[in-house]
Formats: sequence, structure tokens, C-alpha cells
Amino acid sequence: MDYLISVITIAGIHIIMALSFYLPFMTGQISLGQAGFMSIGAYAASVCSVKFGLPYVPAVLIGGVCAAVVGFILGLPALRIKGIYLLLLTLGFGEIVRVVFINIDYIGAAAGFPGIPYQEHTLLYAYGVVLILIVLLNRLRKSRMGRAFQAVGSDENAAEVIGVNITAVKLIAFSSGAFIAGIGGGIFAHYQEYIEPLMFDVMHAVEFIVFTIFGGIQIFWGPIFGAFVLTLVPEFLRVIQGWRMELYGALLIIMMIVRPQGIVSLDSVQSIENAIRRMFGNSTAAVLSSGQPEGK
Amino acid sequence: MIFQQIINGLMLGATYSLVAIGYTLIFGVLGILHFAHGEVLMVGAFMGLYIIVWSGLPLYIALPLAMLATGVLGVLIDLLAIRPLRKDFHLAPLLSTIGVTIILQNLAVKFFGGFGTRFPDVIGATNYQMGSFFINSVNILILGISLFLMIGLYFFIAKTKIGKGMRAVSESHLIAGYLGVNVDWIVLITFGIASALAGAAGVMIGLSFHAISPFIGLTFALKGLVVMLLGGLGNVAGAMIGGLILGLAEVLSIVILPTEINLQDIFSFGIMILILIFKPTGLFGTRFPQG
Amino acid sequence: MILEIKNIIKYFNGFCALTNVELEVQENTLHAIIGPNGAGKTTLFNLISGMYAATQGEIAFRNLSINGLKPHQRAKLGISRTFQIVRLFGQMSVLENVMLGSHCKTRAGLLRTFFRVSLKELEEEKNTRQNAMRWLEFVGIAHKADQIAVNLPHAEQRLVEIARALSQDPDLLLFDEPAAGMNPKETEDLESLIVKVNQMGKTVLLIEHNMDLVMGISHVISVLNFGAKIAEGKPSEIQENPDVVEAYLGKKR
Repeated sequence: MDYLISVITIAGIHIIMALSFYLPFMTGQISLGQAGFMSIGAYAASVCSVKFGLPYVPAVLIGGVCAAVVGFILGLPALRIKGIYLLLLTLGFGEIVRVVFINIDYIGAAAGFPGIPYQEHTLLYAYGVVLILIVLLNRLRKSRMGRAFQAVGSDENAAEVIGVNITAVKLIAFSSGAFIAGIGGGIFAHYQEYIEPLMFDVMHAVEFIVFTIFGGIQIFWGPIFGAFVLTLVPEFLRVIQGWRMELYGALLIIMMIVRPQGIVSLDSVQSIENAIRRMFGNSTAAVLSSGQPEGK
Repeated sequence: MIFQQIINGLMLGATYSLVAIGYTLIFGVLGILHFAHGEVLMVGAFMGLYIIVWSGLPLYIALPLAMLATGVLGVLIDLLAIRPLRKDFHLAPLLSTIGVTIILQNLAVKFFGGFGTRFPDVIGATNYQMGSFFINSVNILILGISLFLMIGLYFFIAKTKIGKGMRAVSESHLIAGYLGVNVDWIVLITFGIASALAGAAGVMIGLSFHAISPFIGLTFALKGLVVMLLGGLGNVAGAMIGGLILGLAEVLSIVILPTEINLQDIFSFGIMILILIFKPTGLFGTRFPQG
Repeated sequence: MILEIKNIIKYFNGFCALTNVELEVQENTLHAIIGPNGAGKTTLFNLISGMYAATQGEIAFRNLSINGLKPHQRAKLGISRTFQIVRLFGQMSVLENVMLGSHCKTRAGLLRTFFRVSLKELEEEKNTRQNAMRWLEFVGIAHKADQIAVNLPHAEQRLVEIARALSQDPDLLLFDEPAAGMNPKETEDLESLIVKVNQMGKTVLLIEHNMDLVMGISHVISVLNFGAKIAEGKPSEIQENPDVVEAYLGKKR
């Protein structure tokens, strides 16, 4: 039972990380740096808890803010850089963060940062954050900014000509993604009680991308689904435990060949929403789709 | 002393160039970033290792064999992970090659162990003295082989029919197809050649560092990427020169910077970020070699 | 005079796309820009909408120089456009595409979206939706509002693009080859649509290759060739102009 809870908790943290990747992704920015932002949040939150004795929530929030600030700074040059170039930039960023942290003795350097106060209600906090994110992202979906995000991700030059301030949109998306990653890092640190730079390397950044790509890129339920399933399933198929990473790799390849948009598609979510509407009436569905009934 | 470092830098740079050329070749011809290229290099290194250790074959046979093995691996990657992809999702090849990377690296750890393995000293390292400097026979060999391969490749692209096909495909898949070029075949060959070069680089790395591990893939992949950016995406000559520049820069930076700061690893990242921000087309522009 | 283009020169890496182009567009007119392929017409549109910066020269909108302004700022001023190849946001619905037109006129940012401070945001969203539907009805495809944009046939996608441009509530509309790829019936409908738009008080700048369309509805025609303006005037004048004929058909042998 304890084991199940711990797996579900980690899944929750993974969901947060997948969503942190998804936000900039919506605007066409593919970031391999979310693990780097996670580590900034993790270390900042841990320093607040351990060295300054701050309580949990402020510490985690500060972690998020630190990550957001760095995200903003990185986001500025990232504005002009697209596609693989951005991927490389964020990759380089993630690695630099890792190496920098390896060299800072104050936070333990390569030996890691131990003694982080354990948060026994991590499960609640993690899924609390997930819930908040679901509500926010759902509101975003049917809003002016949500459309702007999608437009920028679809064709940013056309979006700009239409009147969208793509600079602002991309920066907001990137910094928000960093913030969410930082929060995830803070929660993670207080669950593991010990962190080290290697926990936040490129491979982990890649994992978060796999969650999203597998789960579905058309709507935010995709990353949630992907993170949850890909965290849980390997735990229960003991037989494949040792081959988890190879399977992730194979999964990426297969998904790209067979269903590049991911498992969860926009259509499937809308069908589910319509079904709920039919079952429970308009008001419930209205709550689900942020207060606006889908009129025809 | 400085001259010694320069030689070291050039040698290091030559291996970087070999890696980068593979990247830039694939990028030039296919327009994709072959994320798994570094892993192919790693496999090449281990292939070389095992061929030498098990069969006792001399280097001049073991190297081509290793190159052949990685060339085949490259072809397999193309057939299984690239060719079946749909053309409409522009991220698909990148993500697919990320998948290949994960698979290769984790399999390697399973087969070869997670620790470094000593690469056999196949060549008796004789030191030659030139004036007051020492130059190692290993250095000469590596530089020589690398240069040979690079120049060979350059002429291959510039002068042969297949090379012409590669140049055509690098301009436009569609138009090359209309002109009668078998695009799939060219892509296959490109993957094969690039991967063979990576294999050679892997063996060179084993020779010069005396030890290899399943993790060198990522390290050299990143270095190769930086060089590719430095030299200009798709620019083969640029990759050659860029590699030498990076090798020199890295070696000299160790000399110049204080030793407490272990910055060598991120030195290349710093360069990469600077290039991306200020001159994404690289020092030499993004032109594929012309005829 | 709603738009003035003064001595515009545009170089692309040594290739001169536009040389000393001067243009005056009067308010409420339907002003066509024609010329052989490669004459620089789309480049001109790109300069007006802000996608490129001119190498030299000035563009003034309502006597205000817009040279340094970014595209979204120009959209806010009242300039909108359609593209030579339809650029809809393919995976979004028709309605959502058109609703984006209102982006530059509305204000709800991220915080207001998340925290619903007042009812104003919901009100604004409703208005945006109604505005979008209105323009979809205007162009005649309101019945396809919920379809995914990329699934529509080409001519209808073009109409969505026009609706989107209209929902920006612009004063100046740039149409880049809107009739491209349309059959005669669709072109006829498009023709009356453009005239209707112009009659609503909007200024229309039109790039087109379909001469019947151009001659039929334009008030003024400017002719570009090899990046320079070679003629300007009423349709009847342009048709007679030997330079224009030569530009399109080549020198008489």
C-alpha cells in the first residue's frame, strides 16, 4: 500500500513536470531544459527549508519563483530561436545548470544535498497542484490567451500579423513552464529528502518530453495521461522494470510512426465532455468547460 | 609546451570534426537532427574494442570493421526509425532519434557495464621528437586517419555521382526526386556514411583517451552538435574546421583558466549558447558543399 | 489618404526586391496592385504588415510613420491581411480562427483568465464569439463554424481567412491573391464579397492575377514590375498602357 502511494506520488510530480513542458510547447517552444528548472526549484526550496528554516509552502513557492526568473532570462534570447536551435539551447542550459550545481559546495556539490525535511502529505500537495493546473489550463483552453497560445504554436508569423504579441505570449509561456517545473522540483525535493545534480540530467528532461508526446500533444490532458500511465505501468510490470528506458525509447519511435499526435486527442476529450454533458446536463458540463457552454 | 597543447588540441578537434561531419551530413541531406549519432559513435568504440580484444586483429583491419558495423547500424536506424515516419509532423524524426538514443544507451549499459572500460593500446605509443616537442605516434595516426576520412568524404560529395545525389537531396527532396534521384537510397547511404564516420571517431576516442564508457555517446554528441553549429548546419567543411577550433579552444582553456573551476564540460555549452544567440548560422554559413 | 509608401527600397541579401516604390492609397478606395510574378507585390504587402523591415524608405498609415512598429501593433492600428497561401491555424476550429481576429482589440490577459476577477472577461468572450459569428455569416460559412479549419476545401478556407481579417475591425485590408485556386463561381462570389467589404467603408489593397476581377472592381490600379512601379491609374488607362502590356507579355518582336 505504501508502495502504491509512493508510486502515485511520483506520478503526480511527473504530471507537474510534463505540464511544465507542455505550456511552452503549446507556443511552439520545445524545451529540453525543464529538468534544469526543476533542479533550480528543488535546490532553492531546499535551501529555504534547510538553511533558512522556512515552512514548506513558502519554500516551494520560492523555488518556483526562482525557476521562473531564470526561465524569463533564458526565455528572452529564446524568443528569436526556433525548433532544433531552441532544443539545443535548452539542452545546453540544462547541462550548464547541472554542472554549475556540481561545483557549488554550499548545496553539497556532487555529493548532493541531504537532510531536506520530509513532507508526509506530498501526495496531497502534488495532486493539489495538478488540480489547480487542470482548472487553470481548462480555463486557458477556451479563452483569448488560450487561442493566442495555440495560434503562436501553429504559425507564429501569421499570429503576429493578426495582432498577437508573440513576444509576450512566448515569454509568458516559457516563464510559466519554468515556474511550474520549479514547483515540481520543490515538491520533489521534500519528498526525496535528498537531491543531487544527477537527478536532473538530460535523460530526465527527455522523460518529460516522452510523457507529453506519448500522452498527446493536442490538449493538456495528454501530458497528464502520459505522465500518469508511463510512471505507473512500469511499476506494475515488474518484468519490464529493468527495461523501462528502452521501452520509453521504443515507445517514442513507435508513437512517431503510428500516432504522432499522441494517445489523447482533442476529439476524444471533446467526445468525453459531450458524453458527460448528456449524462449530467448542461450545468455540470459548463463547470467542466470553464463556464461557457459549447453552443452550436 | 604550448605547441604540445596545440597538437593535443588538434587531435581532440579532429575527433570532434569526425563526429560533427556525420551530424552535419545528415542535417544537410535530411534536414533533421540525428540525436542518436553520439550513441552510434559509442557503439563504434565498443565494436572496435571487442574486435581488437577478441580477434587480436591489427588496427588497420579492426577500424574498417568497426566502421562497417556502425555503418550498418546507421542504415538500420534509417530503415526502422526514420523512413517509416510520416512527413507531416516536423518533430517526428527528432523525437524518434531521441528514442533511438535512449534504447542504444541503455542497452549499452546492460551489455557493456556502467563503468569505463580500458581500451587496448593497439599502437605502441612511440614518441617522436621534433625540436623540443614530443609528438606521439597515436597523435599522428589519429590526425592522419581523421584528415584522410574527411578529405575523402569531401571529394566524395563533390565529385561522385552519389555525392551529386546527396547535394541534390540537400537542396530539395522533392525536386531531387523529380530529377530522378532515388531519395530513399541517398538517405540510406548518407546515414551509412555518417554512422561509419562516427564509428571511426569512436575508435579514435578509444585510442586517444585509453578508456571508453557507455556514456561517451552523450558527451561527444553534444560536442559534435556544438561543432556543427559552429561550422554552420549542413556545412561539411565548416564542421571540419569548427571541430579543430573547438578542440584547440578546449585544450587551451584548461591551460588558461584556473584549475579549481571545472569549466571544461560547460565550455562547449557556453559556446553553443553564444552561437545560438548571436550567430545561429555558424561561423561559415549553412551551405552544403558544392560541386 | 490612408496609406502612403514613400521611396521604399528593399534588399534581400544583395537582391533588390523593391526599388523606390511610391504609393498613395486613398481612403475607401479599392486599390489593386498587379504585375508579373516576382515583381515584388507580396514583398510590398509584407513590408506594410510589418513582417519585414524596409531597407530604406517610409510607410505611413494615416500620416503616422509605422516604420518601427511590429506586426501586432499595426494590426491594432487597423491594418489586416490575408496571405497568398492561406495561413489559417489548421488545428483550430473555424470559429476559433476568426475569434483570434479580435485579439488585438480585446484585453483579457492570463491573470484575468485564471482568476476571473470580474464578469467583464466573460462578457468580452461572448462579444468576441458573436463578432466572429457575424463575420462568418457575412462571408457565408457560418454553418461550418465548428469544423477544424484544415478540413475545409480551399475556397472556404480563404473565406475563413477573410472573415478573420474582417473581425480585426480594420480600416485597411490587404488581400494577397484571394482568388488563387478558385473556380469561376467561387471567384464571382469573392468579387462581390470584396466589393461589399469596400462599400462598408473599408479600404482594400488587392493583389491579383485575375484580370477580369481586377479590372471589374478596382478604382485604382498600380502596376509593379521587377520591383518598380511602372504605371498607375484607372483600369481603362492601365489596359491601354503599352508598358504594362509589355511587362506581362514581353516586348513585341
